[in-house]
Amino acid sequence: MRDTRRTRIVLAVLLLTAFTFITLDARGGEGSILDRAREATSSVLGPIERAAAAVVNPVSDFIDGVTSINSNADRIDALEAENDELRRQLLTAPLDQSRVDEIDKLLGVSSLGDYEIVPGRVIAVAAENGYARTVTVDAGTRDGVHRDQTVLNGDGLVGRVIAAGPGTATILLLTDQEFGVGSRLAESPSETGFLEGNGREPLALELYNPQAVVETGNVVVTLGSPNGRPFVPGVPIGEVTDVIATPGGLSRLAEVEPFAQLTALDWVGIVIEPPRRNPRNALVAPTPTPSSSTSPSPTATSSSPSPSPSP
Amino acid sequence: MTFTRVLLSAMLVLTAAVLQVTVVNRLPLPGTGPDLVLLVVIGLAFVVGPTAGASIGFGAGLLVDLMPPTATEVGRWALVFCVIGYLAGQIQVDARRSALIVLGAVAGLSALAALLFAAVGLLFGDPRVSGDLVVSTTVSSVLYDLLLAPFVIPGVMALTRRTALNPTLA
Repeated sequence: MRDTRRTRIVLAVLLLTAFTFITLDARGGEGSILDRAREATSSVLGPIERAAAAVVNPVSDFIDGVTSINSNADRIDALEAENDELRRQLLTAPLDQSRVDEIDKLLGVSSLGDYEIVPGRVIAVAAENGYARTVTVDAGTRDGVHRDQTVLNGDGLVGRVIAAGPGTATILLLTDQEFGVGSRLAESPSETGFLEGNGREPLALELYNPQAVVETGNVVVTLGSPNGRPFVPGVPIGEVTDVIATPGGLSRLAEVEPFAQLTALDWVGIVIEPPRRNPRNALVAPTPTPSSSTSPSPTATSSSPSPSPSP
Repeated sequence: MTFTRVLLSAMLVLTAAVLQVTVVNRLPLPGTGPDLVLLVVIGLAFVVGPTAGASIGFGAGLLVDLMPPTATEVGRWALVFCVIGYLAGQIQVDARRSALIVLGAVAGLSALAALLFAAVGLLFGDPRVSGDLVVSTTVSSVLYDLLLAPFVIPGVMALTRRTALNPTLA
């Protein structure tokens, strides 16, 4: 045994330091010193992860493409097609047209769904033995990605951004147990509820109306947050696969199978600020947008303060 | 520890951490998959002893805590790997003797790491940690780590021994 006095002192000091870190991090909010350390690490290690992924991705592409030939050009074409598809999906999300009109009237938003999407590719995945379900994508603050933005792919909602470095961003997947999103049924009547991850699929949906009519096959979409952060409205999340009987309960419970295949994520789209709220952004796709004079109306209708963008 | 050894440890840990998130975690494996950083820490500590082992473990854990995609509190893996490095350093003498002891140690330390991480999470009220999940995570971690240990630990140990003819302990 080499358990000298010195060894024990070193061990004690290190353990105490670790414990202090955890306590500080668990209690401290945003912008704490550990948050800054995390950001600094992501700006240093982000490029390394990107480089590693650049080596790994062609290999995985090759494995993926054993049946179909996958050139880079194909990738770009596929991504562009997916982008268009995403835009169209957001515009023609399975909402009631009347609902859309209602929301339009309420919020003064006539081009709901005209979101600007930044594509990002998954470059790193968190180990499952850490319990958190997160991934890193190769898009960061340089691309307009910030904390609390909606992340989706061609199938539906993927998660939200929880941290962003200059060239990378970390996404909390909707299967994570700390993930929650206000949601509603796409079919009329659009019962509202709250959807939570539970570490695996399917997800748990709690509808606030105990008399809510919900059936297997109903589509669940996001309800939307003030200013579209962290969630923009109308993004399809998943399909109800099971309705749990809760006699006498104050709410209705259902299981929801997400549309997005979260274990095999590749390309995702991060919804950066809706264009009408960010007129300075010149890269907005040419679509009929309302004049900027109507821009403050959505903020005026919501009383809750909007989350501040990350530094 | 000599300067070369510190440098080698840092390089090995960094490589393992990057490979872990960009390659290992993306493989469509059932269960958790192996923990490369844990194996590297164990391999290093087997050679360098408990004091340096604890320090290397702390540093490696801090790196895992900080590098994206991270969502847990900073310090959790640091605490876990610090203990693992210390304990692996304690059994360094036996480790040179038998491969079976090495594998046994890997299994024990891997289980301990998984349980300790979950325990710290429970202590700080991590909502992600729950009973059945801890059991399945621990079991699959141990199996994967055992599977990969013969490919990682001997190499790490040989490399570390080469950095100093006289393995002076910190």
